[in-house]
Amino acid sequence: MNESVASLRLALVGSPNCGKTALFNLLTGGRQKVANYAGVTVERKEGRFTAPSGRGFQLLDLPGAYSLEAASPDEMITRDVCLGNFPGETVPDVIVCVADATNLRLHLRFVLEVRRLGRPMVLALNMMDAARKRGIEIDVPKLEAALGIPVIETIAVRRNGAAELVRRLDGGLPQVAAVDSGADLHAEVRAMINDAIRMPRRTAEIDDAIDRIVLHPLLGLGLLGVIMFLIFQAVFSWAAPLMEGIDAGVGFLGEQVGAGLASMPVLQSLVVDGIFAGVGGVLVFLPQILILFLFILALEESGYLPRAAFLLDRLMLKAGLTGRSFIPLLSSFACAIPGIMATRSIQDPRDRLTTILIAPLMTCSARLPVYALLIAAFIPDRTVLGIFNLQGVVLFSLYVAGIVSALAVAWVIKLVRRDKSEHALLMELPSYRVPHPRDIAIGLWERATIFLKRVGGIILSLTIILWFLSTFPGAPEGATDPAINYSLAGTLGRWMHTVFAPIGFNWQICIALVPGIAAREVAVSSLATVYALSGNEDGLQAIVATQWSLATALSLLAWYVFAPMCLSTLATVRRETNSWRQVWIMTGYLFALAYVASLLTYQIARAMST
Amino acid sequence: MRLSELSQGSDAIVQEVENVSEGDPIARRLRDYGFVRGEPVRLVGRGPIGADPLLVQIGYTRFALRRAEAARVLVEGAA
Repeated sequence: MNESVASLRLALVGSPNCGKTALFNLLTGGRQKVANYAGVTVERKEGRFTAPSGRGFQLLDLPGAYSLEAASPDEMITRDVCLGNFPGETVPDVIVCVADATNLRLHLRFVLEVRRLGRPMVLALNMMDAARKRGIEIDVPKLEAALGIPVIETIAVRRNGAAELVRRLDGGLPQVAAVDSGADLHAEVRAMINDAIRMPRRTAEIDDAIDRIVLHPLLGLGLLGVIMFLIFQAVFSWAAPLMEGIDAGVGFLGEQVGAGLASMPVLQSLVVDGIFAGVGGVLVFLPQILILFLFILALEESGYLPRAAFLLDRLMLKAGLTGRSFIPLLSSFACAIPGIMATRSIQDPRDRLTTILIAPLMTCSARLPVYALLIAAFIPDRTVLGIFNLQGVVLFSLYVAGIVSALAVAWVIKLVRRDKSEHALLMELPSYRVPHPRDIAIGLWERATIFLKRVGGIILSLTIILWFLSTFPGAPEGATDPAINYSLAGTLGRWMHTVFAPIGFNWQICIALVPGIAAREVAVSSLATVYALSGNEDGLQAIVATQWSLATALSLLAWYVFAPMCLSTLATVRRETNSWRQVWIMTGYLFALAYVASLLTYQIARAMST
Repeated sequence: MRLSELSQGSDAIVQEVENVSEGDPIARRLRDYGFVRGEPVRLVGRGPIGADPLLVQIGYTRFALRRAEAARVLVEGAA
């Protein structure tokens, strides 16, 4: 990009919930680059914009911080970048400190802390519209005089709401802020507020009214239940047709391209079964991810998310988690990938890691095809205790088994963790806000690109590797069994059989597990391939019902409660934790749990049936 | 009296925040949040399970504090 010499580097700092990201979105629009800071998993967002004069600005959105006496990795980065101490980051020319005009008692203290750094800075007094609506009067010239830095009103949710800020920044560098003597910041804030601000009441009436319902012990929990139910309905009913459409569309395209390659069967298979199947496997997750995040972002922007965490904190704490773990874990019932991506709202890195590690134990929708096949084949469709359907009861217990083991694993992680210091909740409940469509759209766009770029590449390459394993070497002349049985995957499956025989898996299951690594639901179609069926699930159900023992079926069900073989999830964990170690820990413990559970299930079921 | 012992809806004035350990990070964060001598606080509500966490209003801001966190804040009842 063509950078003008006079381009200014700005850094946006502010306490959480000050509307900093909304201001960032307003200034830069879609022109942002999201990455991580070197060596850590803190998100780094940079964007650029041009002032009417033609001068270019580079804007870095630093992590929100309550204090520069860094209590978290985020705050450390904010402090170090402001001071120019962060390796690989240039010191910003101007610090734009953002404060919520309705919450100055909290935010001014941070402004004063930033001022102590002695760098050129301006204060953006954000949410001035909300402040006026609440009858808050701020004497800006007085505040400017007291702070010794330019103070500019902004309204991040309004078009042109930052025009004055841009004009002032374009006017030249503000003078270097005064470094003060180290007087008590709280006293200084109190004096400034008494001097320059008039506030009719401490909170917004509307917030008090909403909180009376939302945080009510009964109504609040009821409302939370209704919201969760609606989200799930939406995820499953809206995403299903989109997912089928993507599946069919990619499949159709693959066939069309494949038809052109009919003269080269190996290349054709690579394109159709490898590349297109891989692309389809990546894209098919997208609708669920976007719909879930649409809700999560809306809940987050509106201020509801911390309220949900408030309601459920005690419950989650008992398992060694935090209230903030609830939404990511719930999302994992649809798919662990958006669930793990949603753990970014958990501040304590230990709580976040625990949540990531147990997210795959929530029964995701990809396990349903496997459950459905086995339950239909083995569990009689009859009524128990008068009202319950036995098949439904089994399905429900599989879900419960997942939840119970997740809580148990979280509890064990708490036990073995060396760092026993208290985990903090200490959570601000911000004012309610109507989410701005622009912020939601940009948030969704970010999630989609992260998923497609970072996770998609890994999933695609692994699908192609698995295609290679299931295709080569090809079946010999005059072979009678399906080609996959002669391939590397087939050989691998037979080797695995020695390991899996004690838990009752036959070699057909073992072979199907190999392609099932890409995505769990693929195991069903692979089983059909191994039994030389053309994907006809009724036929497969009959074969399974007649050729497998009940013990084997139950063992496979138990396996899938834990089943670690979802590479997409592991790729997401790698991306979100920036650590292969966590990926191995997760794979290892899920595998061990799956094996032990299946072993117990198989041996007990066999002992009982003889 | 401790902030965790306030009855629902009652007001108090912060006296100080106690460190329960050397350089207690939670106590430091509470001070960052504005829990310093002389600030008025109010216990607005309690969580639905075990009356935990507590919903505390200080300044213009509401915070959710677990009982153990709120117990670090020493207060005296408002006159």
